[in-house]
Amino acid sequence: MRRRFLTALFALIAIGRLSGAAADEVQVAVAANFAGPLQAMAEDFRNTTGHRLVASFGATGQFYAQIRHGAPFEVFLAADAATPARLEEEGEALPGSRFTYAIGTLALWSARPGYVDAGGEVLKGQGFRHLAIANPKTAPYGQAAIQVLERLGLREALAGRLVEGQSITQAHQFVASGNAELGFVALSQIQQDGRLGSGSAWIVPAGLHEPIRQDALILAKGRDNPAAQAFLDYLKGERAGRLIESFGYGR
Amino acid sequence: MPLGPADLAAIWLTLKLATLTTLLLLLLGTPIAWWLAHTRSRLKAPVSALVALPLVLPPTVIGFYLLVGMGPNGPIGQLTQSLGLGLLPFSFAGLVVGSMIYSLPFVVQPLHNAFVAMGTRPLEVAATLRAGPWDRFFTVALPLARPGLFSAGVLGFAHTVGEFGVVLMIGGNIPEKTRVVSVQIYDRVEALEYAQAHWLAGGMLAFSFLILLALYSSRRLRPAWGN
Repeated sequence: MRRRFLTALFALIAIGRLSGAAADEVQVAVAANFAGPLQAMAEDFRNTTGHRLVASFGATGQFYAQIRHGAPFEVFLAADAATPARLEEEGEALPGSRFTYAIGTLALWSARPGYVDAGGEVLKGQGFRHLAIANPKTAPYGQAAIQVLERLGLREALAGRLVEGQSITQAHQFVASGNAELGFVALSQIQQDGRLGSGSAWIVPAGLHEPIRQDALILAKGRDNPAAQAFLDYLKGERAGRLIESFGYGR
Repeated sequence: MPLGPADLAAIWLTLKLATLTTLLLLLLGTPIAWWLAHTRSRLKAPVSALVALPLVLPPTVIGFYLLVGMGPNGPIGQLTQSLGLGLLPFSFAGLVVGSMIYSLPFVVQPLHNAFVAMGTRPLEVAATLRAGPWDRFFTVALPLARPGLFSAGVLGFAHTVGEFGVVLMIGGNIPEKTRVVSVQIYDRVEALEYAQAHWLAGGMLAFSFLILLALYSSRRLRPAWGN
Protein backbone atom coordinates (compact mmCIF):
# COMPACT_ATOMS: atom_id res chain seq x y z
CA MET A 1 0.00 0.00 0.00
CA ARG A 2 2.74 2.35 1.05
CA ARG A 3 4.83 1.48 -1.96
CA ARG A 4 1.92 2.18 -4.29
CA PHE A 5 1.41 5.54 -2.68
CA LEU A 6 5.06 6.38 -3.16
CA THR A 7 5.01 5.30 -6.80
CA ALA A 8 2.00 7.46 -7.45
CA LEU A 9 3.62 10.38 -5.67
CA PHE A 10 6.83 10.05 -7.69
CA ALA A 11 4.80 9.79 -10.86
CA LEU A 12 3.02 13.03 -10.01
CA ILE A 13 6.30 14.79 -9.31
CA ALA A 14 7.73 13.40 -12.52
CA ILE A 15 5.13 15.13 -14.61
CA GLY A 16 5.29 18.27 -12.54
CA ARG A 17 1.92 18.09 -10.90
CA LEU A 18 1.31 17.84 -7.20
CA SER A 19 -2.38 18.53 -7.12
CA GLY A 20 -5.24 16.17 -7.85
CA ALA A 21 -5.89 12.58 -6.89
CA ALA A 22 -3.85 9.68 -8.22
CA ALA A 23 -5.14 6.77 -10.28
CA ASP A 24 -7.91 8.43 -12.20
CA GLU A 25 -9.29 7.15 -15.45
CA VAL A 26 -9.46 9.09 -18.71
CA GLN A 27 -11.72 8.28 -21.63
CA VAL A 28 -10.00 9.05 -24.93
CA ALA A 29 -11.48 9.11 -28.42
CA VAL A 30 -8.68 8.29 -30.86
CA ALA A 31 -8.47 8.61 -34.65
CA ALA A 32 -8.17 5.19 -36.27
CA ASN A 33 -4.75 5.89 -37.79
CA PHE A 34 -3.26 6.51 -34.32
CA ALA A 35 -4.40 3.16 -32.86
CA GLY A 36 -0.93 1.61 -33.03
CA PRO A 37 1.01 4.34 -31.18
CA LEU A 38 -1.75 4.79 -28.62
CA GLN A 39 -1.81 1.15 -27.69
CA ALA A 40 1.96 1.25 -27.41
CA MET A 41 1.87 4.23 -25.03
CA ALA A 42 -1.11 3.22 -22.86
CA GLU A 43 0.93 1.05 -20.54
CA ASP A 44 3.81 3.51 -20.30
CA PHE A 45 1.33 6.25 -19.46
CA ARG A 46 -0.08 4.15 -16.67
CA ASN A 47 3.34 3.33 -15.30
CA THR A 48 4.58 6.90 -15.32
CA THR A 49 1.43 8.68 -14.11
CA GLY A 50 -0.67 6.03 -12.38
CA HIS A 51 -3.70 7.04 -14.42
CA ARG A 52 -5.59 4.61 -16.58
CA LEU A 53 -6.35 5.36 -20.20
CA VAL A 54 -9.49 3.96 -21.82
CA ALA A 55 -9.38 4.38 -25.59
CA SER A 56 -12.04 4.17 -28.30
CA PHE A 57 -10.88 4.07 -31.92
CA GLY A 58 -12.92 5.41 -34.79
CA ALA A 59 -13.45 7.93 -37.54
CA THR A 60 -13.04 11.58 -36.63
CA GLY A 61 -16.36 12.70 -38.15
CA GLN A 62 -18.21 10.00 -36.28
CA PHE A 63 -16.58 11.03 -33.01
CA TYR A 64 -17.58 14.62 -33.68
CA ALA A 65 -21.23 13.61 -33.98
CA GLN A 66 -21.03 11.51 -30.83
CA ILE A 67 -19.30 14.23 -28.81
CA ARG A 68 -21.94 16.75 -29.88
CA HIS A 69 -24.55 14.34 -28.61
CA GLY A 70 -23.14 13.72 -25.18
CA ALA A 71 -20.54 10.98 -25.62
CA PRO A 72 -18.49 10.52 -22.43
CA PHE A 73 -15.09 11.24 -24.01
CA GLU A 74 -12.74 13.49 -22.08
CA VAL A 75 -9.83 13.78 -24.52
CA PHE A 76 -10.00 13.71 -28.31
CA LEU A 77 -7.10 12.79 -30.59
CA ALA A 78 -8.44 13.71 -34.01
CA ALA A 79 -7.13 12.84 -37.46
CA ASP A 80 -7.29 16.47 -38.55
CA ALA A 81 -7.04 20.02 -37.26
CA ALA A 82 -10.45 21.25 -38.43
CA THR A 83 -12.66 19.05 -36.25
CA PRO A 84 -10.99 19.93 -32.92
CA ALA A 85 -11.05 23.63 -33.90
CA ARG A 86 -14.75 23.34 -34.55
CA LEU A 87 -15.41 21.63 -31.23
CA GLU A 88 -13.49 24.35 -29.42
CA GLU A 89 -15.50 27.03 -31.21
CA GLU A 90 -18.74 25.31 -30.25
CA GLY A 91 -17.83 25.25 -26.57
CA GLU A 92 -17.40 21.48 -26.40
CA ALA A 93 -13.79 21.69 -25.32
CA LEU A 94 -11.46 23.25 -22.77
CA PRO A 95 -10.28 26.49 -24.43
CA GLY A 96 -6.56 26.65 -25.09
CA SER A 97 -5.92 22.93 -24.66
CA ARG A 98 -5.68 22.26 -28.41
CA PHE A 99 -2.29 21.36 -29.92
CA THR A 100 -0.81 19.32 -32.77
CA TYR A 101 0.31 15.95 -31.43
CA ALA A 102 1.36 14.38 -34.72
CA ILE A 103 1.74 15.10 -38.41
CA GLY A 104 0.58 12.21 -40.53
CA THR A 105 2.67 10.58 -43.24
CA LEU A 106 0.96 9.09 -46.26
CA ALA A 107 2.28 5.92 -47.88
CA LEU A 108 1.41 4.01 -51.02
CA TRP A 109 1.37 0.39 -49.95
CA SER A 110 0.94 -3.06 -51.44
CA ALA A 111 0.79 -6.35 -49.56
CA ARG A 112 3.03 -7.81 -52.29
CA PRO A 113 6.76 -7.41 -51.63
CA GLY A 114 8.66 -5.64 -54.39
CA TYR A 115 5.49 -4.36 -56.08
CA VAL A 116 5.70 -0.70 -55.13
CA ASP A 117 8.87 1.07 -56.31
CA ALA A 118 10.70 3.81 -54.47
CA GLY A 119 9.26 6.57 -56.68
CA GLY A 120 5.62 5.49 -56.85
CA GLU A 121 5.92 4.89 -60.63
CA VAL A 122 3.65 1.86 -60.23
CA LEU A 123 0.70 4.28 -60.14
CA LYS A 124 1.27 5.14 -63.80
CA GLY A 125 1.11 1.52 -64.95
CA GLN A 126 -1.86 -0.62 -65.91
CA GLY A 127 -0.90 -3.54 -63.69
CA PHE A 128 -3.49 -2.96 -60.95
CA ARG A 129 -7.29 -2.97 -60.90
CA HIS A 130 -8.00 -1.25 -57.61
CA LEU A 131 -6.39 1.56 -55.67
CA ALA A 132 -7.80 1.86 -52.15
CA ILE A 133 -8.04 5.21 -50.39
CA ALA A 134 -9.87 6.43 -47.30
CA ASN A 135 -13.09 8.35 -48.00
CA PRO A 136 -11.78 11.80 -49.11
CA LYS A 137 -14.96 13.49 -47.92
CA THR A 138 -14.48 12.46 -44.31
CA ALA A 139 -10.93 11.20 -43.80
CA PRO A 140 -7.88 13.52 -43.93
CA TYR A 141 -5.69 10.73 -45.31
CA GLY A 142 -8.20 10.24 -48.12
CA GLN A 143 -8.11 13.96 -48.87
CA ALA A 144 -4.31 13.88 -48.96
CA ALA A 145 -4.39 10.87 -51.30
CA ILE A 146 -6.61 12.75 -53.74
CA GLN A 147 -4.25 15.76 -53.60
CA VAL A 148 -1.32 13.48 -54.45
CA LEU A 149 -3.16 12.01 -57.44
CA GLU A 150 -4.03 15.50 -58.63
CA ARG A 151 -0.44 16.69 -58.24
CA LEU A 152 0.76 13.69 -60.24
CA GLY A 153 -1.88 14.36 -62.92
CA LEU A 154 -3.41 10.91 -62.38
CA ARG A 155 -6.77 11.79 -60.84
CA GLU A 156 -8.78 11.40 -64.05
CA ALA A 157 -6.91 8.35 -65.28
CA LEU A 158 -7.41 6.46 -62.02
CA ALA A 159 -10.98 7.56 -61.19
CA GLY A 160 -12.42 4.24 -62.36
CA ARG A 161 -10.04 2.21 -60.23
CA LEU A 162 -10.50 3.96 -56.88
CA VAL A 163 -12.19 2.12 -54.03
CA GLU A 164 -12.96 3.91 -50.80
CA GLY A 165 -12.79 2.63 -47.27
CA GLN A 166 -14.87 4.47 -44.68
CA SER A 167 -11.71 5.08 -42.68
CA ILE A 168 -8.00 4.62 -43.21
CA THR A 169 -8.36 1.33 -41.32
CA GLN A 170 -10.65 -0.03 -43.98
CA ALA A 171 -8.44 1.18 -46.82
CA HIS A 172 -5.61 -0.74 -45.15
CA GLN A 173 -7.84 -3.81 -44.84
CA PHE A 174 -8.69 -3.75 -48.56
CA VAL A 175 -4.98 -3.84 -49.39
CA ALA A 176 -4.03 -6.33 -46.67
CA SER A 177 -6.64 -8.82 -47.90
CA GLY A 178 -5.28 -8.49 -51.45
CA ASN A 179 -8.57 -7.22 -52.86
CA ALA A 180 -6.90 -3.96 -53.84
CA GLU A 181 -3.39 -4.32 -55.24
CA LEU A 182 -2.47 -0.83 -54.02
CA GLY A 183 -3.67 1.66 -51.48
CA PHE A 184 -2.84 4.95 -49.80
CA VAL A 185 -2.57 4.25 -46.08
CA ALA A 186 -1.07 5.92 -43.04
CA LEU A 187 2.59 5.08 -42.61
CA SER A 188 1.78 4.37 -38.95
CA GLN A 189 -0.30 1.40 -40.02
CA ILE A 190 2.49 -0.39 -41.87
CA GLN A 191 5.57 0.74 -39.98
CA GLN A 192 6.69 -0.30 -36.55
CA ASP A 193 9.96 0.56 -34.85
CA GLY A 194 10.98 2.41 -37.98
CA ARG A 195 10.65 -0.63 -40.26
CA LEU A 196 8.07 -1.73 -42.81
CA GLY A 197 6.07 -4.68 -41.46
CA SER A 198 5.25 -6.41 -44.75
CA GLY A 199 4.76 -5.83 -48.47
CA SER A 200 6.25 -2.85 -50.27
CA ALA A 201 5.64 0.88 -49.90
CA TRP A 202 6.44 4.32 -51.22
CA ILE A 203 6.54 7.02 -48.57
CA VAL A 204 4.82 9.92 -50.27
CA PRO A 205 6.92 13.13 -50.15
CA ALA A 206 5.22 15.65 -47.87
CA GLY A 207 5.29 18.27 -50.63
CA LEU A 208 2.71 16.38 -52.68
CA HIS A 209 -0.13 17.10 -50.28
CA GLU A 210 -1.12 19.54 -47.58
CA PRO A 211 0.26 18.52 -44.18
CA ILE A 212 -1.99 16.13 -42.26
CA ARG A 213 -2.00 17.97 -38.94
CA GLN A 214 -3.59 15.92 -36.20
CA ASP A 215 -4.78 17.92 -33.22
CA ALA A 216 -5.69 16.82 -29.71
CA LEU A 217 -7.69 18.63 -27.05
CA ILE A 218 -9.47 18.22 -23.74
CA LEU A 219 -13.23 18.00 -24.12
CA ALA A 220 -15.76 19.66 -21.84
CA LYS A 221 -16.36 16.40 -19.97
CA GLY A 222 -12.67 16.13 -19.08
CA ARG A 223 -12.35 19.68 -17.76
CA ASP A 224 -12.06 18.67 -14.11
CA ASN A 225 -10.32 15.33 -14.60
CA PRO A 226 -6.60 15.57 -13.67
CA ALA A 227 -5.97 12.41 -15.70
CA ALA A 228 -7.09 14.22 -18.86
CA GLN A 229 -4.55 17.00 -18.34
CA ALA A 230 -1.93 14.40 -17.38
CA PHE A 231 -2.47 12.57 -20.63
CA LEU A 232 -2.10 15.71 -22.72
CA ASP A 233 1.10 16.57 -20.84
CA TYR A 234 2.36 13.05 -21.43
CA LEU A 235 1.53 13.35 -25.12
CA LYS A 236 3.59 16.54 -25.37
CA GLY A 237 6.52 14.89 -23.62
CA GLU A 238 9.72 13.54 -25.11
CA ARG A 239 9.04 9.85 -24.51
CA ALA A 240 5.70 10.00 -26.28
CA GLY A 241 7.31 12.08 -29.04
CA ARG A 242 9.96 9.45 -29.74
CA LEU A 243 7.33 6.73 -29.81
CA ILE A 244 5.10 8.72 -32.16
CA GLU A 245 8.03 9.33 -34.51
CA SER A 246 8.94 5.65 -34.53
CA PHE A 247 5.54 5.00 -36.10
CA GLY A 248 6.36 7.32 -38.97
CA TYR A 249 4.67 10.53 -37.83
CA GLY A 250 6.21 13.96 -37.83
CA ARG A 251 5.98 16.28 -34.82
CA MET B 1 -35.29 19.03 -51.02
CA PRO B 2 -31.52 19.08 -50.48
CA LEU B 3 -30.87 15.67 -52.02
CA GLY B 4 -28.31 15.73 -54.82
CA PRO B 5 -27.60 13.45 -57.78
CA ALA B 6 -25.33 11.30 -55.63
CA ASP B 7 -28.23 10.60 -53.25
CA LEU B 8 -30.60 9.76 -56.09
CA ALA B 9 -28.00 7.46 -57.64
CA ALA B 10 -27.66 5.69 -54.30
CA ILE B 11 -31.45 5.27 -54.03
CA TRP B 12 -31.66 3.89 -57.57
CA LEU B 13 -28.77 1.50 -56.94
CA THR B 14 -30.36 0.28 -53.70
CA LEU B 15 -33.66 -0.46 -55.44
CA LYS B 16 -31.83 -2.30 -58.22
CA LEU B 17 -29.83 -4.35 -55.73
CA ALA B 18 -32.88 -5.22 -53.63
CA THR B 19 -34.99 -6.19 -56.64
CA LEU B 20 -32.34 -8.42 -58.19
CA THR B 21 -31.44 -9.99 -54.86
CA THR B 22 -35.10 -10.72 -54.06
CA LEU B 23 -35.79 -12.32 -57.44
CA LEU B 24 -32.69 -14.51 -57.24
CA LEU B 25 -33.47 -15.44 -53.64
CA LEU B 26 -37.02 -16.48 -54.51
CA LEU B 27 -35.59 -18.75 -57.20
CA LEU B 28 -32.97 -20.20 -54.87
CA GLY B 29 -34.98 -20.12 -51.65
CA THR B 30 -38.09 -21.93 -52.96
CA PRO B 31 -36.36 -25.28 -53.63
CA ILE B 32 -34.45 -24.99 -50.34
CA ALA B 33 -37.65 -24.28 -48.39
CA TRP B 34 -39.47 -27.07 -50.22
CA TRP B 35 -36.71 -29.53 -49.45
CA LEU B 36 -36.62 -28.49 -45.80
CA ALA B 37 -40.40 -28.85 -45.52
CA HIS B 38 -40.47 -32.38 -46.93
CA THR B 39 -37.16 -34.07 -46.26
CA ARG B 40 -36.47 -36.62 -43.58
CA SER B 41 -32.76 -36.39 -44.20
CA ARG B 42 -30.30 -36.05 -41.36
CA LEU B 43 -29.00 -32.97 -43.10
CA LYS B 44 -32.20 -31.10 -42.36
CA ALA B 45 -31.05 -29.68 -39.02
CA PRO B 46 -27.60 -28.55 -40.20
CA VAL B 47 -29.03 -26.99 -43.37
CA SER B 48 -31.73 -25.18 -41.35
CA ALA B 49 -29.04 -23.88 -39.01
CA LEU B 50 -26.88 -22.72 -41.92
CA VAL B 51 -29.79 -20.88 -43.53
CA ALA B 52 -30.62 -19.16 -40.24
CA LEU B 53 -27.02 -18.12 -39.48
CA PRO B 54 -27.28 -14.61 -41.03
CA LEU B 55 -30.06 -13.87 -38.53
CA VAL B 56 -27.68 -14.08 -35.62
CA LEU B 57 -24.27 -13.25 -37.08
CA PRO B 58 -23.22 -9.62 -37.05
CA PRO B 59 -22.82 -8.26 -40.61
CA THR B 60 -19.18 -7.57 -39.82
CA VAL B 61 -18.55 -11.31 -39.56
CA ILE B 62 -20.28 -12.04 -42.87
CA GLY B 63 -18.61 -9.04 -44.52
CA PHE B 64 -15.18 -9.93 -43.21
CA TYR B 65 -15.35 -13.54 -44.38
CA LEU B 66 -16.74 -12.46 -47.74
CA LEU B 67 -13.91 -9.95 -48.16
CA VAL B 68 -11.32 -12.58 -47.35
CA GLY B 69 -13.12 -15.45 -49.12
CA MET B 70 -13.82 -13.52 -52.31
CA GLY B 71 -10.33 -11.97 -52.35
CA PRO B 72 -7.52 -13.21 -54.61
CA ASN B 73 -6.32 -15.71 -52.00
CA GLY B 74 -9.75 -16.89 -50.84
CA PRO B 75 -11.54 -20.00 -52.14
CA ILE B 76 -14.40 -18.07 -53.78
CA GLY B 77 -11.95 -15.60 -55.30
CA GLN B 78 -9.85 -18.36 -56.80
CA LEU B 79 -12.98 -19.99 -58.22
CA THR B 80 -14.30 -16.78 -59.80
CA GLN B 81 -10.84 -16.01 -61.19
CA SER B 82 -10.46 -19.45 -62.76
CA LEU B 83 -13.90 -19.02 -64.32
CA GLY B 84 -12.71 -15.77 -65.86
CA LEU B 85 -15.14 -13.68 -63.79
CA GLY B 86 -12.49 -11.71 -61.95
CA LEU B 87 -12.91 -10.80 -58.30
CA LEU B 88 -16.22 -9.98 -56.64
CA PRO B 89 -15.39 -7.34 -53.98
CA PHE B 90 -15.97 -3.74 -55.10
CA SER B 91 -18.49 -4.84 -57.75
CA PHE B 92 -22.27 -4.85 -58.05
CA ALA B 93 -22.19 -8.61 -58.59
CA GLY B 94 -20.30 -8.96 -55.32
CA LEU B 95 -22.98 -6.97 -53.50
CA VAL B 96 -25.67 -9.22 -54.97
CA VAL B 97 -23.86 -12.31 -53.69
CA GLY B 98 -23.36 -10.73 -50.26
CA SER B 99 -26.98 -9.58 -50.06
CA MET B 100 -28.26 -13.00 -51.04
CA ILE B 101 -26.39 -14.57 -48.14
CA TYR B 102 -27.43 -11.81 -45.78
CA SER B 103 -31.16 -11.98 -46.66
CA LEU B 104 -31.46 -15.73 -47.25
CA PRO B 105 -33.30 -16.59 -44.00
CA PHE B 106 -35.81 -13.80 -44.56
CA VAL B 107 -36.89 -15.48 -47.79
CA VAL B 108 -36.54 -19.13 -46.87
CA GLN B 109 -38.36 -19.05 -43.54
CA PRO B 110 -41.74 -17.64 -44.73
CA LEU B 111 -41.67 -20.08 -47.66
CA HIS B 112 -40.79 -22.96 -45.38
CA ASN B 113 -43.65 -22.04 -43.02
CA ALA B 114 -46.04 -21.87 -45.96
CA PHE B 115 -45.02 -25.30 -47.29
CA VAL B 116 -45.23 -26.88 -43.82
CA ALA B 117 -48.64 -25.34 -43.07
CA MET B 118 -49.97 -26.60 -46.40
CA GLY B 119 -49.14 -30.17 -45.40
CA THR B 120 -49.05 -33.06 -47.85
CA ARG B 121 -52.80 -33.43 -48.22
CA PRO B 122 -53.40 -31.11 -51.21
CA LEU B 123 -50.49 -32.75 -53.01
CA GLU B 124 -51.81 -36.24 -52.32
CA VAL B 125 -55.22 -35.27 -53.63
CA ALA B 126 -53.59 -33.85 -56.76
CA ALA B 127 -51.62 -37.07 -57.13
CA THR B 128 -54.81 -39.15 -57.12
CA LEU B 129 -55.94 -36.93 -59.99
CA ARG B 130 -52.79 -38.03 -61.81
CA ALA B 131 -50.88 -34.78 -61.52
CA GLY B 132 -47.14 -35.41 -61.90
CA PRO B 133 -44.67 -34.05 -59.30
CA TRP B 134 -43.79 -30.91 -61.29
CA ASP B 135 -47.42 -30.29 -62.11
CA ARG B 136 -48.34 -30.68 -58.41
CA PHE B 137 -45.65 -28.24 -57.43
CA PHE B 138 -46.49 -25.53 -59.96
CA THR B 139 -50.28 -25.77 -60.08
CA VAL B 140 -51.06 -26.77 -56.48
CA ALA B 141 -48.24 -26.01 -54.08
CA LEU B 142 -47.04 -22.65 -55.40
CA PRO B 143 -50.52 -21.06 -55.70
CA LEU B 144 -51.35 -22.24 -52.18
CA ALA B 145 -48.09 -20.80 -50.90
CA ARG B 146 -48.73 -17.41 -52.48
CA PRO B 147 -49.03 -15.51 -49.18
CA GLY B 148 -45.76 -17.10 -48.11
CA LEU B 149 -44.15 -16.05 -51.39
CA PHE B 150 -45.44 -12.52 -50.84
CA SER B 151 -44.03 -12.38 -47.29
CA ALA B 152 -40.73 -13.82 -48.48
CA GLY B 153 -40.45 -11.27 -51.28
CA VAL B 154 -41.35 -8.30 -49.10
CA LEU B 155 -39.06 -9.29 -46.23
CA GLY B 156 -36.17 -10.15 -48.55
CA PHE B 157 -36.52 -6.82 -50.33
CA ALA B 158 -36.87 -4.75 -47.16
CA HIS B 159 -33.98 -6.49 -45.44
CA THR B 160 -31.70 -5.95 -48.46
CA VAL B 161 -32.62 -2.26 -48.59
CA GLY B 162 -31.65 -2.04 -44.92
CA GLU B 163 -28.31 -3.75 -45.40
CA PHE B 164 -25.26 -1.84 -44.24
CA GLY B 165 -22.43 -3.75 -42.63
CA VAL B 166 -21.83 -6.27 -45.39
CA VAL B 167 -21.85 -3.59 -48.10
CA LEU B 168 -19.51 -1.44 -46.04
CA MET B 169 -17.03 -4.29 -45.75
CA ILE B 170 -16.98 -5.45 -49.39
CA GLY B 171 -18.31 -2.47 -51.36
CA GLY B 172 -15.55 0.11 -51.52
CA ASN B 173 -18.10 2.97 -51.71
CA ILE B 174 -18.07 3.31 -55.51
CA PRO B 175 -20.76 5.65 -56.89
CA GLU B 176 -23.40 3.86 -59.00
CA LYS B 177 -21.78 0.49 -58.33
CA THR B 178 -21.63 -0.14 -54.60
CA ARG B 179 -22.67 3.08 -52.83
CA VAL B 180 -26.14 2.19 -51.52
CA VAL B 181 -28.42 4.42 -49.45
CA SER B 182 -27.35 3.15 -46.04
CA VAL B 183 -23.70 3.85 -46.88
CA GLN B 184 -24.61 7.25 -48.31
CA ILE B 185 -26.37 8.11 -45.03
CA TYR B 186 -23.27 7.08 -43.09
CA ASP B 187 -21.15 9.28 -45.40
CA ARG B 188 -23.47 12.25 -44.93
CA VAL B 189 -23.42 11.90 -41.15
CA GLU B 190 -19.63 11.59 -41.10
CA ALA B 191 -19.30 14.64 -43.33
CA LEU B 192 -21.59 16.51 -40.89
CA GLU B 193 -24.18 17.05 -43.64
CA TYR B 194 -27.07 16.43 -41.32
CA ALA B 195 -29.82 17.93 -43.51
CA GLN B 196 -29.19 15.43 -46.31
CA ALA B 197 -28.71 12.66 -43.77
CA HIS B 198 -32.12 13.46 -42.31
CA TRP B 199 -33.83 13.34 -45.70
CA LEU B 200 -32.32 9.99 -46.57
CA ALA B 201 -32.73 8.48 -43.10
CA GLY B 202 -36.30 9.76 -42.76
CA GLY B 203 -37.12 8.39 -46.20
CA MET B 204 -35.71 5.03 -45.21
CA LEU B 205 -37.76 5.01 -42.01
CA ALA B 206 -40.99 5.87 -43.82
CA PHE B 207 -40.30 3.34 -46.57
CA SER B 208 -39.57 0.52 -44.12
CA PHE B 209 -42.66 1.29 -42.07
CA LEU B 210 -44.90 1.35 -45.15
CA ILE B 211 -43.55 -1.89 -46.52
CA LEU B 212 -44.09 -3.68 -43.20
CA LEU B 213 -47.52 -2.09 -42.87
CA ALA B 214 -48.41 -3.49 -46.30
CA LEU B 215 -47.18 -6.90 -45.22
CA TYR B 216 -49.14 -7.02 -41.95
CA SER B 217 -52.29 -5.51 -43.49
CA SER B 218 -52.33 -8.20 -46.13
CA ARG B 219 -51.95 -10.86 -43.45
CA ARG B 220 -54.97 -9.52 -41.61
CA LEU B 221 -57.14 -9.59 -44.72
CA ARG B 222 -56.17 -13.09 -45.77
CA PRO B 223 -55.30 -15.48 -42.99
CA ALA B 224 -52.23 -16.83 -44.68
CA TRP B 225 -50.81 -20.29 -45.10
CA GLY B 226 -47.54 -18.61 -44.45
CA ASN B 227 -48.32 -17.99 -40.83
